[in-house]
Amino acid sequence: MTTLPVEPAVVPERLPERVARFRLNRWDSPWLNPKLLTGFSMVMFVVLLGVIGPLFWDVTQARVASAPLNIPPIWVKDPPAIFPDPDPAHPLGTESNGRDILALLMVAAPGSLRVGLIAAGLGMGIGILLGFSAGLIGGWWDALVRTIADAVITIPSLAVLIVISAYVRQIDLNNMALLLALFAWPGPTRLLRAQVLSMRERGYVQMARISGASTFDIMFKEMMPNLLPYLAASFSGNVSANILAATGLEALGLGPTRIPTLGMTIFYSIRAASILRGMWWWWGLPILLLIIIFTGLFLISVGLDEIANPRLRGVQAR
Amino acid sequence: MGGLTKEYLIKRVAMFLLTVWLGTTLMFIIPRLAPGDPITAMIGRMSAQGARIENSAEIIAAWRARFGLDAPWHVQYLRYLYSLARFEPGYSLAYFPTKVEDMAARSMPWTLGLFGLATLISFILGNTIGALLAWRRTPNLVKALLPASLTFTSIPPFMLGILLIYVFAFGLKWFPFAGAHARGLEPGATWEFIKSVIHHGTLPALAIVVTTMGFWALGMRGMMVTTTGEDYMILAEAKGLRPSRIFWLYGVRNAVLPQVTALALTMSGIAGAAVIVEYIFTYPGMGYLLYQGIVNTDYTLIQGLVYFLIVGVALGVLIIDLLYPLIDPRITYHRK
Repeated sequence: MTTLPVEPAVVPERLPERVARFRLNRWDSPWLNPKLLTGFSMVMFVVLLGVIGPLFWDVTQARVASAPLNIPPIWVKDPPAIFPDPDPAHPLGTESNGRDILALLMVAAPGSLRVGLIAAGLGMGIGILLGFSAGLIGGWWDALVRTIADAVITIPSLAVLIVISAYVRQIDLNNMALLLALFAWPGPTRLLRAQVLSMRERGYVQMARISGASTFDIMFKEMMPNLLPYLAASFSGNVSANILAATGLEALGLGPTRIPTLGMTIFYSIRAASILRGMWWWWGLPILLLIIIFTGLFLISVGLDEIANPRLRGVQAR
Repeated sequence: MGGLTKEYLIKRVAMFLLTVWLGTTLMFIIPRLAPGDPITAMIGRMSAQGARIENSAEIIAAWRARFGLDAPWHVQYLRYLYSLARFEPGYSLAYFPTKVEDMAARSMPWTLGLFGLATLISFILGNTIGALLAWRRTPNLVKALLPASLTFTSIPPFMLGILLIYVFAFGLKWFPFAGAHARGLEPGATWEFIKSVIHHGTLPALAIVVTTMGFWALGMRGMMVTTTGEDYMILAEAKGLRPSRIFWLYGVRNAVLPQVTALALTMSGIAGAAVIVEYIFTYPGMGYLLYQGIVNTDYTLIQGLVYFLIVGVALGVLIIDLLYPLIDPRITYHRK
């Protein structure tokens, strides 16, 4: 590194690194990465809120006019006179259209996750198909895939999605995910293509080829297992990007209108000037939930990166 | 220099044209795959908002003819491409005698100034932080404190924007929560005006810088770790060069190259973030104008603005691509 190996100072310098490496080897599996696990539990929290929550809470209160207006959350002491007193019947408060915030979050959060998962899943599928084939087949197909992927990545997708959803007003979560997937594939495609290109020349792949393995076998039996951490890291990053795009569209008032979503809640709260009326629970709680989702997915992605790339673990351990 | 060959230039410009064409074509095709057309949708919305439309069938027919929607689709498509290629998307539907290109021209400097600057600051800060995190000589205290600056990395800019408005504009009243400059102030090169612009731009810029900085820092850290292991770094140490010289000219100079490529790739994401941040802050740029287009169902305005955004981002990427051979000498080196 920066000191020459002959200098005596090297020995104490190198020690912590060796300790760190030793510690790493004691883990049974690199998959037990603390960042990965923390991130995973954060995302699971949101999932459980949506799955188990409705069993204990009346989620029909997420409809308009099912609760009194503007109630602050129960832990607020002495709210300003313009708001009614906190009510244990609505622990997280209510907003100006008479929706119960807790019910709203329970209904909306799984939707956001689902949009992200579907869009990223589709994008990933297309990416695997195109990236693998481009890397393995090469030639004009590779040039075509690469050029189009590069072009699509440069298009400001949110802006184009705004145009599309402004025309197509009635849109449901699934259609929205489809639209998002339109722009979700170039990332995974580029990643896979690059990985396949570098992997194609490695010994074990050459070996498999000489042994007469089919292209399909080489793809899925030889290369895929080595690509899993990359794929997973890219997937979680993609889910997060798609949830962000969906929330952004919804916050502009362009999302599905039939069922509540987190972005839609933010849209209504901004339209009702809730920030300047001090109703922080209206916009703050959906944002908090989204931040939990984003941070969770981010940690998952960083954790998976460290699994895929041991060099990053070394730095982090120092 | 000399890395910029004619072949490379042609390739990049072709890429620019392909991107713009692809974006505008997607914008044209997909809404037409859905049932109905914009005019019918607009009448539908107007009547849904309570306005009773007399003779709506006649209005629809007249407007369809006016906007050329009764022509076969390929004629529509060619007309559409032609009008956009001349940068003349036409009249705004909601502010009729005003042309979309004039509205875009008025709002563009705000968007470009605010987000260009914010991106630049974020890129420089983030890369410096990332490089310092991977640098062995960085004091431990700094190394321990730096990750704190990356707390907001995974938060979307517009959400941080809302938090910033709540804390600094609504709570502490340090900054205004809307607009780009104080009302009644004539735009000009006066100190008072510039001060007002900075005062209004701080929060939106902060929302972008704080949330995107970590992305650069993480990438840079990874690159810097690789770079510090290179032989020329050891040689530089052995030669006894000043550490700051090794850090900037040997380490950062080489590690930053992939980051510049990443900058080109994230450009489209920044444009998206800019749209929503402007909307949150009612900042009079293209994003807020776009939101007004959505509210007024002003389709020509939306389409025109998004076209300008596509061209702007593609142009930014083109510029980075053309500068790249100048900063990365290896591109020239590898040419035959």
